[in-house]
Amino acid sequence: MPLIRVELPQHLRRLANLTGHETQLDVAAPVTLSAVLDALEARHPALRGTIRDYTTQQRRAFLRFFACEEDISLLALDAPLPAPIANGSEPLLIIAGIAGG
Amino acid sequence: MSSIRLLVGTRKGAFVLTSDGKRKNWKIAGPHFAGWELYHLKGSPADPDRIYASQSSGWFGQQIQRSDDGGATWTPVDNKFAYDGTPGTHQWYDGTAHPWEFKRVWHLEPSLTDPDTCLAGVEDAAMFKTTDGGKSWHELPGLRTNATGPAWQPGAGGLCLHTIILDRAHPERIVIAISAAGAFRSDDAGATWKPINKGLYSKYIPNPTAEVGHCVHHIAMNPATPNTLFMQKHWDVMRSDDAGDQWTKISGNLPTDFGFAIDVHTHQPETVYVVPIKSDSEHFPLDGKLQVFRSRSGGNEWEPLTRGLPQKDCYVNVLRDAMAVDTLEDCGLYFGTTGGQVYCSPDGGDNWSAITHDLPPVLSVEAQTLA
Repeated sequence: MPLIRVELPQHLRRLANLTGHETQLDVAAPVTLSAVLDALEARHPALRGTIRDYTTQQRRAFLRFFACEEDISLLALDAPLPAPIANGSEPLLIIAGIAGG
Repeated sequence: MSSIRLLVGTRKGAFVLTSDGKRKNWKIAGPHFAGWELYHLKGSPADPDRIYASQSSGWFGQQIQRSDDGGATWTPVDNKFAYDGTPGTHQWYDGTAHPWEFKRVWHLEPSLTDPDTCLAGVEDAAMFKTTDGGKSWHELPGLRTNATGPAWQPGAGGLCLHTIILDRAHPERIVIAISAAGAFRSDDAGATWKPINKGLYSKYIPNPTAEVGHCVHHIAMNPATPNTLFMQKHWDVMRSDDAGDQWTKISGNLPTDFGFAIDVHTHQPETVYVVPIKSDSEHFPLDGKLQVFRSRSGGNEWEPLTRGLPQKDCYVNVLRDAMAVDTLEDCGLYFGTTGGQVYCSPDGGDNWSAITHDLPPVLSVEAQTLA
């Protein structure tokens, strides 16, 4: 089973004590946003509640998900992710929006 | 020789400032959690090296960090703050019903006796408790479900529980304050609560003497006189001598009685400190002069303390949790500003100097006196 690659913003990498930009996860098919986030939080418990609100389980408003150069933030949480994400050739990007000017 | 450790929460991280008992030369460690807002850090009275920190961010939500070595290293602990049951509604700014939604932890108050027990005051207003060093948090729902809860309305900063006072002489007693619901007291360790706002007068609310709806900014207590509480309300400085059952105005000769911070001298229970702020629409000192005011008579008669503080062109604010006292014999007094300065007076307010001028905006200051 290929490892799913997830790239995190700096603050979350620090919180999870990650040294590189990516973390790699075992995720059983079908590979969905929900399954990836579940695996991410299981591997790095410090990230619980940081990407999805604890109560609503909705994506935090200032975070976006990108796959294969496409913004997939509004994709249903249980929809399959693109093949390059599922086969590990491309990372799923979790991006913190920039605020201010 | 005793030493002092200051725990400073800022808009962009936490800092730990240390000095010997002379409080002249300081070391600054940090930033811890760089880039995050640190609303509050506080050490356990039972084990000063056990420190809890509230770390939050508009992007990533709430984290709670715990240190077991005096702030040198930190470990994230549980950050799940789930209201007990269906949380119901409070009032929104326009008076409509609005569901309770957790936003952040404003204040952490470790138990006086058990390092693993800590209370957390949160927005939207509620109290949570851990008894396992932060590994899990559960709500004390009696506060949020108080009969007055549906009438609580947020202040400009949100519906936040920002003040928690524990009382060694009355272990079951907890005094808290919520903006803009007012002050509340529990006499049964947080199971039930009653509003304690009699004597408060807030002319900007529909009923100026309402049971709830007062924008209490902060409350302070000297542990030697636990029935005496001092309050900085939105406007008005108040005192109570019966644990909040009745309040009396003590603004006296203050040039303005708007402000956020208030504290009490460690060894002189009738010596009180406030930092007057010009008004609710201009959050900076009067005339650009940063002045702490001290009353040695429990209020009404106040004197400005200015020696070492900027007396021109100063337009910072001092927030509600950003003032603290140490327990050394001459009572060190500290406060941080929204301009990033942290000031120290080693002699009860007579003389001041800046420990640092250049931190991010300061949200909270707590002082630990270490043997």
